[in-house]
Amino acid sequence: MTAELGHFALILAMFIAMVQATLPLIGAQRNMPVWVELANPASYIQLALTTFAFACLLHVYLISDFTVVNVVQNSHTDKPLIYKIAGTWGNHEGSLLLWVFILALFGAAVALFGRNLPPAFKARVLSVQAMIAIGFYLFMLLTSNPFERISPAPLNGTDLNPLLQDPGLAIHPPLLYLGYVGFSVAFSFAIAALIEGRVDAAWARWVRPWTLAAWVFLTGGIVLGSWWAYYELGWGGWWFWDPVENASFMPWLAGTALLHSAVVVEKRDTLKGWTVLLAIVAFSMSLLGTFIVRSGVLTSVHAFATDPTRGVFILLLLAIVIGGSLALFAWRGPQLKGSGLFQPISREGALLFNNLVMATGLAAVLLGTLYPLFIDVVGGAKISVGAPFFNAVFLPLMVPMIIAMALGPFLNWKRGDVMPALARLRFVAILALAAGAAAWSIETDGPFMGVIGIALAVWLGGGVIAEVCERIHLFKAPIAESFRRLNRMPRATWGMSFAHFGMALAIAGMSGAGGWKVESIQTMKPGETITVSGYDYRFDGATSSKGPNYSVIAGSFTVFKDGQEFTVLKPEKRFYPVTQMPTTEAAIHTTLMGDLYAVIGDEEGTDGSFVTRIYYNPLVVWMWIGTVVMMFGGALSISDRRHRVGVPQRSKTPVIAKPTASV
Amino acid sequence: MTKTRFFFIAPLLVFLVMVGYFAIGLTKDPSVLPNMLEGKPVPEFSLAPLQGRDDIGFKNTDLMGDVTLVNVFGSWCVACLIEHPFLMAIKAQDLIPIHGIDWREEDRTAGPLWLKKHGDPYTRAGDDPVSKAAIAFGVTGAPETFLVDQKGIIRFKHVGPITEPIWRDTLQPLIEALRKEGAS
Repeated sequence: MTAELGHFALILAMFIAMVQATLPLIGAQRNMPVWVELANPASYIQLALTTFAFACLLHVYLISDFTVVNVVQNSHTDKPLIYKIAGTWGNHEGSLLLWVFILALFGAAVALFGRNLPPAFKARVLSVQAMIAIGFYLFMLLTSNPFERISPAPLNGTDLNPLLQDPGLAIHPPLLYLGYVGFSVAFSFAIAALIEGRVDAAWARWVRPWTLAAWVFLTGGIVLGSWWAYYELGWGGWWFWDPVENASFMPWLAGTALLHSAVVVEKRDTLKGWTVLLAIVAFSMSLLGTFIVRSGVLTSVHAFATDPTRGVFILLLLAIVIGGSLALFAWRGPQLKGSGLFQPISREGALLFNNLVMATGLAAVLLGTLYPLFIDVVGGAKISVGAPFFNAVFLPLMVPMIIAMALGPFLNWKRGDVMPALARLRFVAILALAAGAAAWSIETDGPFMGVIGIALAVWLGGGVIAEVCERIHLFKAPIAESFRRLNRMPRATWGMSFAHFGMALAIAGMSGAGGWKVESIQTMKPGETITVSGYDYRFDGATSSKGPNYSVIAGSFTVFKDGQEFTVLKPEKRFYPVTQMPTTEAAIHTTLMGDLYAVIGDEEGTDGSFVTRIYYNPLVVWMWIGTVVMMFGGALSISDRRHRVGVPQRSKTPVIAKPTASV
Repeated sequence: MTKTRFFFIAPLLVFLVMVGYFAIGLTKDPSVLPNMLEGKPVPEFSLAPLQGRDDIGFKNTDLMGDVTLVNVFGSWCVACLIEHPFLMAIKAQDLIPIHGIDWREEDRTAGPLWLKKHGDPYTRAGDDPVSKAAIAFGVTGAPETFLVDQKGIIRFKHVGPITEPIWRDTLQPLIEALRKEGAS
């Protein structure tokens, strides 16, 4: 019964979305307040219905109702409770339900918090949100119904992929989806602006907190996925340029560019068309990401052949949403005329440079990700584009951008001068070069990219600190005056400083882990000792035992540094009998300078020897700390009072061309 | 066209080119997409018979001379149970011989018991507890089904349960085409 109720709620939600997608839009166009006001309650009802549907799916998972196909395929009675819950969204159908639930959540949030939006504009935004929702409801109801029954019901389920039975991955999809779907708000704002033919400072100010929120969530989601790969896959790697990772990285790049260009629209009334385009691209990439991961399209076109209805539907949905919005952009976009002019060397120039690099990076990642598919489509060989391509194309792009990242905040709006900015950063530059030289001298045959990365991290981190000092006139004004200025610094400015500083920390982490990783694979007898990066690892043998739904072999290493006992590492190798899959649980001891990382492999021979892999991953922890600092910066910026207090005034200039038709 | 106008139209053009590419590529021949083994002879394998089945095992040379299906299954596999009635229907109507590979049984009696309980659609069946044949076939999961022609060449691979639409739209036309090809 529960499953049918959930199914019914979804159908109902779709009809509500149909009302929400049309009436408020027409009302806004024809100036009919009653129709305009429909948007709010419709958003709330949609949220209530999708919440109910989601609760229904959760319920059938919790009671292990094996008459529902979805539960059969992704659950098992022995599975721990948290993974029964996570199983709800750990599959294609369930994740789509989570998607529409979050979409409804954002829609209701816009209805609730968007009180300062003009009613007609808000109605248009909510209508566009509902159009997206309709596409997803249809997709679920026609091709991917999570509530489908099976008869006869099997006795037990096939269990969730054990790699996914992990706390990090349990909350990774919801975070990621909060990011993906969050960009739908920026998208709807962009479409509504195109319909009205007007983008101004007020628009940019409205769109910013939503974009920031999506960006913070997406950053969190990506990092969580990366962290999971780091400790669960057992290779000590954290980023593989895998299509699934790229799928989440592309909207991040577009969203990051959008955040920066929206600043220019708000402050300088220019780059409007570009900003609107970025909003469309960010959400388009989010849609692509959603489908890439869940449909398997990218790993093989086979996904289309094995399930043609889904494949065709996905293509159609993408074509309508992306193609439709780009067509609208081509038609209405030229009316978005900016007024601000600026020199190439200026704050706007630096932000535009950031945008161009982000866009180029995005294009490169998109090309590398889709290329194997292109080749497959024309019937060529199965190829894969791997890390070498991405590292060769993407990393060099980032170098000038990070150099500019420290400089940009020192430049004036409209027309800046690069020499004074450089002069203020001279100490930072010297420090960065010294850090690079130090990194190089420690290991002269180390990778060059690592040395550059360390220097860039110091340059950017130092640049951020120098900029804050400059802003508060430290050492130039009395100390009390500096404190007063520090106190009055807007949160958005703090947000930028934190986000940029977090980036510097993350770059340091990535350079360390990417550049100076030490790896040692060997067979070890109990009692044997091996030295990796100055730490002595003594293998104390392995024991077997049982977990809730798996059997486990746990190894033990006692680690000594300079003869003193330093720590004990207990890596595990688990085997899940239901899915017949092994997983590795790496043992990690984190220090600020680097991670000690041990993995136990297969047993060799009969004397208790095991294949072991020991890694030393320098500076990894800074990657995680850095991204948390970045997210904190984003959150700080959202909380800036100008996003909440006072109604942003629309520009007085009349709409350039009167909207003539609803789209 | 002015430069600014072009800036606004360019994204749409790029997107249309991409969509066109996919649309053409995907409608070209959606049923026979490249697979590593398609068009290649069946790999060499020889499997022991299933217990309790008066059978002489199953090996690659058994596949010569007739259009056949090779179905990978296991008693542990829930989706195989979904597919199973359909295989029984194929057998009942004598549409095409189906050979089975009983894959990754922990217990040697589990597969035969399963067939006894639900019915046995297989002409020949082999026991593959350690994935000898499965690895050669490049099996990624069960159920998986291979269509093999008279010369022992793999012509099509289907991942997941065989369903009515898949049989009707893909397998049956292919089988008929192969039979004609063989007869001529």
